Amino acid sequence: MSNYKAHIMICSGTSCKASESENILEAFREEIEGHDGKFKVLKTGCFGFCAQGPIVKIYPDNVYYVKVKPEDVKEIVEKHLIKGEKVERLLYEDPKDRVKLVVHDEMEFYQKQYRIALRNCGFINPENIEEYIAFSGYEALGKVLTEMTPQDVVKIVKDSGLRGRGGGGFLTGLKWELAMKSPGTEKYIICNADEGDPGAFMDRSILEGDPHSVLEAMAIGGYAIGANKGIFYIRAEYPLAIERLKIAIRQAENEGLLGKNIFNSGFDFTIEIKLGAGAFVCGEETALIHSMEGLRGEPTKKPPFPSESGYKGMPTSVNNVETYANICPIILKGSKWFSSIGAENSKGTKVFALAGKVNNVGLVEVPMGTTLREIIFEIGGGITDGKKFKAVQTGGPSGGVITEADLDTPIDYESLKAIGSMMGSGGMIVMDEDNDMVEIAKFYLDFTQDESCGKCTPCRIGTKRMYEILERLTNLEGDMDDLQKLKDLGNMIKDTALCGLGQTAPNPVLSTMRYFPQEYEAYAKREKTKSYRIDAEKCIGCTACIRVCPVNCITGKVKEAHIIDESACIACGACFTACKFGAIIKP
Amino acid sequence: MSIIKLSINGMEVEVQKGTTILEAAKKVGVHIPTLCHLNLEGFGIVNQVASCRACVVEVEGRNTLVPSCSEKVTEGMVVKTDSARSITGRRMAVELLLSNHPKECLTCAKNLECELQALSQDLGIREIKWEGEKMDYPLDKSSFSLVKDPNKCIMCRRCETMCNDVQTVGVLSAINRGFDTFVGPAFNLDMDNTACTFCGQCVAVCPTGALTETNDVGRVWRALHSSEKHVIVQVAPAIRVAIGEMFGMEAGSVTTGQLAASLRRLGFDGIFDTDFAADLTIMEEASELVHRIKHGGRLPMLTSCCPAWVKFFEHQFPDMLDIPSSCKSPQIMMGTVMKTYYAEKKGIDPRDIVVVSIMPCLAKKAEAARPELTKDYNNNVDLVLTTREYGAMLKEAGILFNQLPESDFDSLLGESTGAAVIFGTTGGVIEAAVRTAYEWITGEELENVEFHQLRGLEGIREATVNIGDLKLNIGIAHGLGNARKMLEDIRDGKSQYHAIEIMACPGGCIGGGGQPYHHGDMDIIRKRQEAIYKEDRSKVRRKSHENTAVLKLYEDYLGEPYGHKSHELLHTYYIPREKI
Repeated sequence: MSNYKAHIMICSGTSCKASESENILEAFREEIEGHDGKFKVLKTGCFGFCAQGPIVKIYPDNVYYVKVKPEDVKEIVEKHLIKGEKVERLLYEDPKDRVKLVVHDEMEFYQKQYRIALRNCGFINPENIEEYIAFSGYEALGKVLTEMTPQDVVKIVKDSGLRGRGGGGFLTGLKWELAMKSPGTEKYIICNADEGDPGAFMDRSILEGDPHSVLEAMAIGGYAIGANKGIFYIRAEYPLAIERLKIAIRQAENEGLLGKNIFNSGFDFTIEIKLGAGAFVCGEETALIHSMEGLRGEPTKKPPFPSESGYKGMPTSVNNVETYANICPIILKGSKWFSSIGAENSKGTKVFALAGKVNNVGLVEVPMGTTLREIIFEIGGGITDGKKFKAVQTGGPSGGVITEADLDTPIDYESLKAIGSMMGSGGMIVMDEDNDMVEIAKFYLDFTQDESCGKCTPCRIGTKRMYEILERLTNLEGDMDDLQKLKDLGNMIKDTALCGLGQTAPNPVLSTMRYFPQEYEAYAKREKTKSYRIDAEKCIGCTACIRVCPVNCITGKVKEAHIIDESACIACGACFTACKFGAIIKP
Repeated sequence: MSIIKLSINGMEVEVQKGTTILEAAKKVGVHIPTLCHLNLEGFGIVNQVASCRACVVEVEGRNTLVPSCSEKVTEGMVVKTDSARSITGRRMAVELLLSNHPKECLTCAKNLECELQALSQDLGIREIKWEGEKMDYPLDKSSFSLVKDPNKCIMCRRCETMCNDVQTVGVLSAINRGFDTFVGPAFNLDMDNTACTFCGQCVAVCPTGALTETNDVGRVWRALHSSEKHVIVQVAPAIRVAIGEMFGMEAGSVTTGQLAASLRRLGFDGIFDTDFAADLTIMEEASELVHRIKHGGRLPMLTSCCPAWVKFFEHQFPDMLDIPSSCKSPQIMMGTVMKTYYAEKKGIDPRDIVVVSIMPCLAKKAEAARPELTKDYNNNVDLVLTTREYGAMLKEAGILFNQLPESDFDSLLGESTGAAVIFGTTGGVIEAAVRTAYEWITGEELENVEFHQLRGLEGIREATVNIGDLKLNIGIAHGLGNARKMLEDIRDGKSQYHAIEIMACPGGCIGGGGQPYHHGDMDIIRKRQEAIYKEDRSKVRRKSHENTAVLKLYEDYLGEPYGHKSHELLHTYYIPREKI
């Protein structure tokens, strides 16, 4: 890096790309032309702070510019790169004391984070293997192949206490040990990159920002279990991640870090990519394996576990992207280091995709044991628009809601389960006082009943019936009996469904029923109105709502309180958005 | 094998390692209901997808209920099949299935044979709490053989197991997702546009009315009631050892006499036996084999009696159409002889003759409709009923089959030998051919006509029969998956056989897709096979070339076996077909 006066690092994760970061990159390239190669423009992976994207970072000054637009580039080059002055207006402003912050470490969003899996994201160019190598890349693989036996590798991973980050939470070292000990003429190590929870993008960001860390870990896992073939199962909806993976594999092969006789150790390892069609159930490992085999993506009963009989009937270890991203640091820094981070039975860190009604939407990595309150109110910067926190959903469509009362629960696999939710793969969706919990549950159930593979009865028909009851309730056509039916069905599906998808599908309903029974009862007793209403006290009679109502159900004279005809209202919410005086009351 | 000790409902039980909870429970007299599960013991056919969840039980230490049909026992396992949790889980699974099932039991083809209906009755289900939207797909009536009603599919996947694993035809698989999932061909193509062989094994194992045969009973009634038509009938060898089951008779009862009597009571104008045509087939097929051996023709020669097998090789091995015998199947030979020789003898215009077949088979329906098997736009066979349809017809007519006095088939096309009867079981066609080929090749009389080395129920069998100096290597396969293996060996040049017999259905025609439902009890198939051999032993003549009526047919009409007229009337050709 020392050859250049400055490095300009531009986030090229999917969300910043969607906000024109490609154009920013181009603009920088054009602007620095004629500066005798003093500056270098680099694209990096996700910085995590997506709410503030696109993000541009200048090294070695370590200045962090937010919400950059292509038209800002000229100013950054002229003012910062040439004159050495910071562009104040593009610095992040602390929402509490309105102070402009230059360095990312000063921001509350980053202060409580601890980055293991995301260690290189935002620091290196994911399309350049040399940068990865400069950050200790492939050292762990070298160490494993030249100094360690497969048993040593399994032991260190086992001792570290690393558990599967895809949702199951099974001990990774144990999984590898089972696969290592299972006899087979051929073995396979698979990376599960079928990230499917609505709103979750942890795995995508890792693959876009630091693909080599996953490839290296797969090779290490392959060595540990005795597999010479690694297979990447990634959903086709992640084109950028796929592209970067392909580049990374090609580069690693060219450098001899994948292929035959790696590090002269006699160990051969190749990786191929298989694309999934985006079925949620294919994240379940047996379904994933069937999909890879060209069969219908549906799960089969376990046992037998893939570690005994997996891909093509051979011993197979299926691990998640984030799990792999933890492997190399464990090898290099030791199991004690890793197990010193985190909670009693949940070691290390966890990446969450923080989304919903929270100020600092983005990707956060925190030590296990951090409380939800810290994540939402410190890292996340609290609820948007100063609204009241209502609940947070973890574990995506398989998890449940957590309320104010449990916000001080430390995040670990067991504690989250005890309060009716689960760790899941890391989706974290924050809800405020305006959110209707019955609608939220319906949204998730709609997702799972749609994504059910249709194999077993409880999931195929049961989730559909639950959804129908929720529809009945929200259409104000249900009754109190429906609430009992929902509970009975939910508990039965949890107890009898074939795979994890079905066994957890009722969770969003059951947990919202547990914490917000009054909202369900309001629907069941038909106390809830379907329409929007106007608070006559607050309405100033501006007619803004009348003008936007698509069904003309609002009447009233100028400067007099308006009225909504509740029988004609279609609850589209247009009036709510149009009203500047908070006079519209949601149903 | 090691022994596993476990407890079921508080009772200690010891079983072999590898036993399922379901099997272990049986040992202590505990019945656990099942629906998707199917184990055709002795045939190596198991459907263990654990999808219906009607058999779930509680196992101590497990978070969820487990499917007893597929969960293997472990040492010290504590199982409760009768806990409130187990019973609720099972009951709700069945209630959910019923909530998405048409309530048309009274008019359903599977009424009183439906396993979902029986399970609902066993569990005492009197109301369905979870009513809601139901699947609403159109019926597939595209083929001549079967009707597919997706709305009755409960996703047990038994048909898939038969179609994919056993028959290796690969037409059926789950399509769509979630609530909309059902089993059907890729892209939900019409069955008629697929590589389906119409073997009917999917129908034989479907627990509900999702897969049934097309019903031709009404058409047969109309023909019988028409005064202008001369309606004659033929019955296949495997019917006589199975139809009694529909009238409370023991499996394995031989009912040839009652069968003839029942047909007479229905008022057919001529009552004939497909066994006659089976003897005729042997005359042609044995001649063809001898001809191929003597003149260095293509070997091995494969039998061609089974229409599902014929359609299978047309789709799957279109490059090998010269291997099967060119003989028409006995059903079609019989129809041809009826519309030519018989018509001429009786002085009836063939267009006024309606030939009805009663077959153990669904593929025979499609076979009868094959365009190349017609003559002057007149079908050789007009209407085909399965054993089940025929049984239903008798019930409708009030004919108490089991109480009928025995009767005989009509002369002219009614005589048959023991060689023809055994066409109904796997191994039978080739044994019949060997009985004739032996005498023709050696010129000596065959003393012991029973070739036990060709018999049995293993999927693939082989034997060498000494015929004079010739060591005749014979292969036998039943089930199309086994047939595929034999054909692949031929294609790879590994096959050492002279002749191979293939039947599509497990057990041969006795296990045909149109036979009375076995509901998973394969002892029924074994008893039918024993009955076939019993009928063979009871026959005075046991070699096809000794059938005097067949010999007279050659003398009066056909001339030489495998001769010019035979080629014109009794042989056919095959058509390469698409693989989808």
